Amino acid sequence: MIEVSGRGFGGKLFTKQGPLNLTSLNAHWHKGSRNRKGASVERKIRVLLGKVGLDSHDRGIKIVARFLRDAGMEVIYIGLRTTVKELVSAAVQEDVDVVGLSFLAGDHMILVPKVLTGLKAKGKNDVLVVVGGIIPKKHMPDLLALGVAKVFLPGTPPTEIIECIQAHV
Amino acid sequence: MDKIREKMASWEESTLKRALSGSGERKDVFTTDSGIPVKNVYTPLDLEGMDYSHDLSFPGDYPYTRGVYPSMYRGRLWTMRQYAGFGTSEETNQRFRYLLDQGSTGLSVAFDLPTQLGYDSTDPLAEGSVGRVGVAVDTLRDMETIFQGIPLDKVSTSMTINATAPILLAMYIVVGEMQGVPQSQLTGTTQNDILKEFIARGTYIFPPEPSLRLTLDIIEYCFYHVPRWNTLNIAGYHIREAGATAVQELAFTLADAITYIEKAQERGLDVDDFAPRLSYSLGCYRDLFEEVAKFRAARRLFAKIMKERFGAKDPRSCLFRTFSGSCGSTLVSQQPINNIVRIAMHALMSILGGHQAIHTACWDEGYAIPSQDSATIALRTQQILAYESGLTSTIDPLGGSYYVEALTNEIENKTREYLEKIDSMGGMLTAIQDGYIQREIQESSVRFQQEVYSGEKVFVGVNKFEDTEKKTEDYDFFEVDPGVEDRQIAKVAQVKAERSSLKVEAALEALSGAVDRKENLMPFILEAVRSYATVGEICGLMREAWGEFKAPIYI
Repeated sequence: MIEVSGRGFGGKLFTKQGPLNLTSLNAHWHKGSRNRKGASVERKIRVLLGKVGLDSHDRGIKIVARFLRDAGMEVIYIGLRTTVKELVSAAVQEDVDVVGLSFLAGDHMILVPKVLTGLKAKGKNDVLVVVGGIIPKKHMPDLLALGVAKVFLPGTPPTEIIECIQAHV
Repeated sequence: MDKIREKMASWEESTLKRALSGSGERKDVFTTDSGIPVKNVYTPLDLEGMDYSHDLSFPGDYPYTRGVYPSMYRGRLWTMRQYAGFGTSEETNQRFRYLLDQGSTGLSVAFDLPTQLGYDSTDPLAEGSVGRVGVAVDTLRDMETIFQGIPLDKVSTSMTINATAPILLAMYIVVGEMQGVPQSQLTGTTQNDILKEFIARGTYIFPPEPSLRLTLDIIEYCFYHVPRWNTLNIAGYHIREAGATAVQELAFTLADAITYIEKAQERGLDVDDFAPRLSYSLGCYRDLFEEVAKFRAARRLFAKIMKERFGAKDPRSCLFRTFSGSCGSTLVSQQPINNIVRIAMHALMSILGGHQAIHTACWDEGYAIPSQDSATIALRTQQILAYESGLTSTIDPLGGSYYVEALTNEIENKTREYLEKIDSMGGMLTAIQDGYIQREIQESSVRFQQEVYSGEKVFVGVNKFEDTEKKTEDYDFFEVDPGVEDRQIAKVAQVKAERSSLKVEAALEALSGAVDRKENLMPFILEAVRSYATVGEICGLMREAWGEFKAPIYI
């Protein structure tokens, strides 16, 4: 009944903090400050969310998609079972600032390096890559060393993801 | 009733008003976990117009509100069914033989994702997934290994398989043949519920129409040749896990059932020919009364649909026989041992809800491969409730509770409204293809999560009564022996070298022809698996003919 791959947990994000105030985050974003690259913030942050590999648990990533969108970002979720190639070309075509990947079936150590190599090969060197889902602690140093900016585990409040993206892009 | 109404009015005006004048209630609005408003107290006034014989009746009698069988747990306890997956066919075989030695008679097979999605272990897309969430099956050889030394006329086998169900069932039938067990004697279940894959679980391959054709091929083939097989288990569980409310779970499960039944009728089958072999599964969430009311409403509404809409005459067609499962998304990784209490609640609501089989989750499965100890606790939880609690001494003990009956009525009515809406849209298939169902689930999922973030919905240990040390458990995965993938790839190569490629080509060509001619594919798939064609070859051919489904995405 409970698939071992997702263990029914669905990559849900539980907050440990008080009520989430998306409006204030939104407001912050439209204040007219400049981002890291000096670009005008008139352009919304563009985020590509994807599930590469065969894992089909997407309750968590769809929740993240909604919260990022409500925080004023342009969010593209390209759906289940995207190949690395499809994901990379979508990142290029959509000219995204952020790529977010969700893994709940334990194949992240095989697929994340492929995505990072693919992005570099297409010249997307400056894209922020973040990973979420069920990731054992022992894999984190390797993922970060590979170039993943941040790993979000179940229990991460959406504010933390939003702030992380806004701080880095 | 008038007397009660008067008495209630005066109670509200005096007793209650006085009590609330000081501090009031804890919240402005009370609702069930799915958002149905809940009153402070329920009385006979809430059940006005209810007719006991018509609406509730007796266990085993139409409309089965109080239970599908006359003696329920006084006659026989539910089946305590735990689910597990193992990497290779050899390991699975060893595990199954151990379970059978211990007195088990039912086996449950979990397949890995490439097998569920129709890719061979050699496919680049399968890399990293071979043997991970279940056993890898590429050819008949793997199925032979899984059931080596296990007489298929002595066991019943449940297979959690959907998009590729006809292929796996065909392999099972051929293994039976090799053992000298005719298909007419085989017993077991294929999940085979492709519609919930589109809206919740996600392991679909082909577009809805051809996918349904495969589901129906199993139903039709089994009616004629494998009469003891449970062809389809229609699942609400996964819909709930995807974020649906209790009402949505029930409505979409019944809408799926209606679709399968209509399609089977279109093939010329009589509803009573196949409906008795359908079974159902529903999830257990957090609100005990809401869940119990859902299970009761499900039985009543389903029976009415079968009788009124489909004209079922065989009472067995009207039985909503169910398997209930602990919803993993109610479990947390903060202070995780508390999950034992949550799981006990799931077992409690399942028993009060009158299920035929119950699964209890393991308390640590939110972040780790369940230990032997936690798996034992999950089973012992059911046993304690079964033998120590008095829960099983009478049937439907919550029947007659003003609240539970009112909630049962409410859930039934709300479910009906959804079903009418889906009918008016042109049926479930259209509603899925348009993305309506997915949208409805996503909205509920977001709402639930927002309420968790805002603290409105409490998860003890997560957003209230947190551990001061803020410890988080580490996540752990089943470490698949890295050799599994290589060995499986080598095995496929060996089978391919040994098989007659002429036979494989002929079988695949025949299958291809049947795909175009819109014949029942089961006989052709049986020939293909006999020739040791791979799961990927068979599915590849169908992918070419039908294409893959790109689901509408809604965030």
